[in-house]
Amino acid sequence: MTAQEIVSKLPYSKPFLFVDELLHIDENGSTGTFTYDKDLDFYKGHFKDSPVTPGVIMTETMAQIGLVCLGIYLYGDSNAEMKAHVMLTSVAVDFMKPVFPGEKVTVTAEKVYFRFKKLNCNVVMTNEAGETVCKGNISGMVTAKLQ
Amino acid sequence: MEKEELINELTIIVSPYAQDAEALAHIQEDTDFIRDLKINSANLVDVVLDVEEKFGIEIDNDSMARMLTVKAAIRIIEEKLAAGAGK
Repeated sequence: MTAQEIVSKLPYSKPFLFVDELLHIDENGSTGTFTYDKDLDFYKGHFKDSPVTPGVIMTETMAQIGLVCLGIYLYGDSNAEMKAHVMLTSVAVDFMKPVFPGEKVTVTAEKVYFRFKKLNCNVVMTNEAGETVCKGNISGMVTAKLQ
Repeated sequence: MEKEELINELTIIVSPYAQDAEALAHIQEDTDFIRDLKINSANLVDVVLDVEEKFGIEIDNDSMARMLTVKAAIRIIEEKLAAGAGK
């Protein structure tokens, strides 16, 4: 499955799609980017008069590029006629630096294990300067729906 | 390994994932991981992976599907240990 095919299978749309480009994917991990448009709605309230990307949105971005793209890839390899559905089951993330409106981030995920339908990944998000803004461990269950 | 010893090992493994402290304190052979200990399906996978590591065995998909109670887990661990010893 190509990176483009995976992005087309993502079950999200604006304003909740946090994958612009999937740069690389293989059975061990994925890398992708997203740019937080300065007009995204949540900046109006997080925070009043000083917009910063919410940690939950950064976590979601890490989950979409890392866990969900990789889950679709790993599942699709063995089951062409079924559509993978990834359900988030746990997250532990440390935040190091703020991400401001308009910043582009790169997410890199490494598979820890994929067994009994559970995918567990270590995920790192970096900014354009190459600094780590957050990192952690995310896991989810990869289940199936008919296409 | 004695059954009691196996139950003790299992109790240590399930402790971080069990949501029901009362049921965990009274764990016995008929304890159901999901119904009694309130372990969710994602954490049940971690229980199985921890069992593999602790006992040096490999649990296949069929065994995983059957591993829902302490009693079933003990039977599977004993089977796998016996199969490994025979090699």
